[in-house]
Amino acid sequence: MRLMDLARVARSKNAGPLNLTFDIMFETEADYERGVRAEALQPANVASLYGVSPNQVVFTPYPAALALKITLPRPRPAGAPGDRDVYGAQQHVPLLELEL
Amino acid sequence: MSAAERLRRRFEAASEKSLKLVGATGQLGYGVPEPAFSAALERRPDMIGADMGSTDIGPTFLGSGQMATSPEQTKADLAKLLLGARKIDCPLILGSAGSAGAGPHLDATLAMLREIAADAGLSFRMAVIRSDIGPEAVAGAIAEGRVSSMGVMPELTAEDAFEAANLVGQAGTEAFVRALETGPDVIVAGRACDTGIYASIPEWLGFETAAATHMAKIVECASLCCVPGGRDPIMATLDHAGFVLESMNPERAATPMSVAAHSLYEQADPHRIIEPAGAVLVDSATYTAVDERRTRVEGARWQAADKPTIKLEGAAHVGERAVLLAGAADPRFIARAKTVLAEVQDVVRKLMCAEGETPDYDLFFRTYGLDAVFPWPEPPETPPREIFILGECIAPTAARALAVVKTTKQYLLHHGFPGRLSTSGNIAFPFTPPELSAGPAYRFNIYHLMQVDDLAEYFPIEVEAVGG
Repeated sequence: MRLMDLARVARSKNAGPLNLTFDIMFETEADYERGVRAEALQPANVASLYGVSPNQVVFTPYPAALALKITLPRPRPAGAPGDRDVYGAQQHVPLLELEL
Repeated sequence: MSAAERLRRRFEAASEKSLKLVGATGQLGYGVPEPAFSAALERRPDMIGADMGSTDIGPTFLGSGQMATSPEQTKADLAKLLLGARKIDCPLILGSAGSAGAGPHLDATLAMLREIAADAGLSFRMAVIRSDIGPEAVAGAIAEGRVSSMGVMPELTAEDAFEAANLVGQAGTEAFVRALETGPDVIVAGRACDTGIYASIPEWLGFETAAATHMAKIVECASLCCVPGGRDPIMATLDHAGFVLESMNPERAATPMSVAAHSLYEQADPHRIIEPAGAVLVDSATYTAVDERRTRVEGARWQAADKPTIKLEGAAHVGERAVLLAGAADPRFIARAKTVLAEVQDVVRKLMCAEGETPDYDLFFRTYGLDAVFPWPEPPETPPREIFILGECIAPTAARALAVVKTTKQYLLHHGFPGRLSTSGNIAFPFTPPELSAGPAYRFNIYHLMQVDDLAEYFPIEVEAVGG
């Protein structure tokens, strides 16, 4: 199933001007478990989607909210010349089609 | 007696030690919703707070000294909070004044507050926390190895410190507590940790740092921690062991799940809230429903830092910006748009620069409909019916930037390519002129941590009798 069909929330935002952080929240514990274990969301795969190295990707399960968080460096600091998304609110889209 | 002194006396005399704190807005200057704010006042809170700033808005506001919010709406929001707080005589605490919290932002905010006071015939005592950090102090800290890079920023140099148009540090709870000691009615801080606004009164009155800071991190976003999330004021009731959250809009509910989920918001690490003096560990926190609309939170832990750190923020001027706005619907042009734009870039460079000379400007194109928001590795399977092209030039002067986008406009309009059908023009202008000056451009050149011995020396406090 695609992430966009499984997740209740899938979003991105700056966490400070240097990092992008992605929150994926699920409706049920079963969906959350599926998300946490999905190969597609592991750092190696996410790193290739965003053009960073796997050791720059921090993957944090957050069971209290049936959520998982992924944080990685922005390609350039927010608002620097050539930036595409100053708030980082639309950088989640490549994750939506991932098969979980 | 000032509102802060009165609060302290009342608290010391009370048998039940609890505090009611209201987060009026997570971003002042976009309107404070009613009737939720009036509902908050009716609950007679012990303090009202509001955050005015963030780095989310980008480097331009820090660099230029301008506010991101409109002056009219900012003043209206300040008036609502100031009049409300003075009416019930509780402390009002404002952080990150004027969007980015540097001297010009703080001074503009103070001027508004003085005007509001004069118009309403108010007099009160105001403590002001300044957050500007001198480049000399930062250069000295660099020389002593006390400045470290965060994430992808290069190591900081003294040149960076002097290059910044504005350089601020985030004041923490410590600075607000010193301000409270001066017996104010109102505290206004330059750049500050949003937690300091709300954690300072609890800290001053002897509450646990962990619960107070965890509360502060949630309340500073107003009702964003609720379902449905929103901008209405929120109230936290803090006691010795934890706190209860309640939105001042009855249609918003703070549920255990919605409050727990809020720890994720705009945070790199949902388990830790990093503060100048240490970190709050929230992985041990519990979230329990009090009723359908209220949740109680307990169990966060405080971990003091070995040495306090100040987060530094600086923005350097990179040039003057001009933009070009254009659309296209012709399928042959859309199919070739990326190539055409690259060719036009080349044409413009040859026209605007001497041969062999490196351009003194940057020219960027973003093609909405294709790959402007995200750098997709592959073109779309089905070409879009229309695209929007945003041209952006950053050059040493506004005149030069405008000249570059004007030339770009003309050559993009008439650029020839194989298979071109629309030989009278490639692009559609929504209005003329489609080239606009967009003012000075900045970049964050400082986002680093500076270790210090004593936080207090970096955030001086001034006290002012307003309208007195």
